[in-house]
Amino acid sequence: MSQDCFTKIGTLPEDFPVHMTPIISIRDLEKTYSGGFQALKSVSLDINAGEVFALLGPNGAGKTTLISTICGLVQPSSGQVFIGGHDNQTSYRQARRLVGLVPQEMPTVQFEGVRDLVRLSRGLFGLAPDEKLLEEILKDLSLWDKRDAAMKELSGGMKRRVLVAKALIHQPKILFLDEPTAGVDVELRRDMWRIVSRLRDKGVTIILTTHYIEEAEEMADRVGVINNGELILVEEKAALMSKLGRKELMIELSDTLPEIPESLKGYGLELGAEGRSLRYTYDAQGERTGITGLLNALAEAGLRFDDIHTKQSSLEEIFVDLVRAN
Amino acid sequence: MNFQAMKSIYFWEMARTRRTLMQSVVSPVLSTSLYFVVFGGAIGSRISEVDGVSYGAFIVPGLIMLSLMTQSLSNASFGIYFPQFTGMIYEVLSAPVSFLEITVAYVGAAATKAMIVGLIIFLTAGFFVPIEVQHPVWMVTFFLLTAITFALFGFIIGIWADNFEKLQFLPLLIVTPLAFLGGSFYSIDMLPEAWQKVALLNPVVYLISGFRWSFYGQSDVSLGLSISMTMIFLGVCLYVVRWIFKTGYKLKP
Repeated sequence: MSQDCFTKIGTLPEDFPVHMTPIISIRDLEKTYSGGFQALKSVSLDINAGEVFALLGPNGAGKTTLISTICGLVQPSSGQVFIGGHDNQTSYRQARRLVGLVPQEMPTVQFEGVRDLVRLSRGLFGLAPDEKLLEEILKDLSLWDKRDAAMKELSGGMKRRVLVAKALIHQPKILFLDEPTAGVDVELRRDMWRIVSRLRDKGVTIILTTHYIEEAEEMADRVGVINNGELILVEEKAALMSKLGRKELMIELSDTLPEIPESLKGYGLELGAEGRSLRYTYDAQGERTGITGLLNALAEAGLRFDDIHTKQSSLEEIFVDLVRAN
Repeated sequence: MNFQAMKSIYFWEMARTRRTLMQSVVSPVLSTSLYFVVFGGAIGSRISEVDGVSYGAFIVPGLIMLSLMTQSLSNASFGIYFPQFTGMIYEVLSAPVSFLEITVAYVGAAATKAMIVGLIIFLTAGFFVPIEVQHPVWMVTFFLLTAITFALFGFIIGIWADNFEKLQFLPLLIVTPLAFLGGSFYSIDMLPEAWQKVALLNPVVYLISGFRWSFYGQSDVSLGLSISMTMIFLGVCLYVVRWIFKTGYKLKP
């Protein structure tokens, strides 16, 4: 895609202070489905222009409902959503023009051709056909060779690319990716990450939902965790990881240790399998990690060790802890 | 108005017809020819005239209406049901398109396709029997109104249906019988008196009667009544569609 591919869009209000106001602003959004199931409980969230925001949560937490409500597929029970300053109910045309959506569910279209499908998407957004842009986007997503293939001839990964092409053909400022890598192979997942990072470089704001934590860890600037319809945490990814991140020090012993000596009981050590390792957990942000004291105590107890290594807890562990706590 | 979007949906729907050309165009020609062989030839030869018109010519307006109604209905119901079935509807609903624009595009495409079929039947019938059209303006009016009304009706069914059975249920069990009993192949006068009264409860009677009048100047009910009933039916469909928009019924949970 050429550099100006996403910069031509002039649909933000002219006096819109891009750097000061969030590009998406969600206020007290609630959704109770007609069956009585409350999928969203007073969700408020601001998304900044140009950031990659990852929405994490277990299945059924409300991720898709939140995205669908922002995009206009689900009617909120109460609350408001502003996209680029436009209310997504009363000024839905202006609001929706800024948004591209890649849904989680793969539509079961069979006979339609790739190019026809992507052309239709552009038309729906009220834009005249642009064959040059179409070619650029299809080439960029490695779909050009399949441009006239029917959907049924494509692999699952290729179909997902078609959905991305459809979401990009109207040059949105904001791209929603609902579970972009669910059920795709490693190569396509890497590809998807590459696509996201290039879009971010072009200034597109990206909101993705996932339950692959490594995806959020790899791509996101900020992370929101949703569980049972409540947004339980929104944090810069780096800050989140250091704040909640715990570090572990693994000590591989030279000799088997039947039990932890009395002198070391105060450190909260865990004895590993076969008594050949000790695990020490500490707070990486703490004033004192206690490592020096521990190592001295180990020497005094006459324990010899072959190796020492540390491990930082991943976003996945943080996430599991959070959801469990709720 | 997002005309570009309406155009896109309209031509997308029309393109689907091209892929199923045999089914959409060749089959109505074939079935019309069969009707003429069976009703016009075999049975019609024993019925000399109905209301001063040869039986073969008498059934032409009814045949056109029959196809127009069933085709509008099935095209529109399938047209809006299918993207819900495949999941592609998300795209239309998240685009800057109003419900009104969505309806005009889908209903317009469905009505257009049905009218093309109606026109083909009209031309095919011309090979079998001499046809005259006494009131061309009224003929076009009834033609258009019927196509649009039944396409709207089909659109409603397509949104209401959440499985293929429901999609087929109303057209097959209600609309087709009403259309057949609506006087396509006979004049209401030919029924026993009690049944004549029952027949007047069938809205299709008014459509066919009005349409036939525009051909031969003969009708079962008055022109005014025909056009009024047609407009009422259209009004009811428009009202229901408006209600669907307002509530987001089935489309927007």
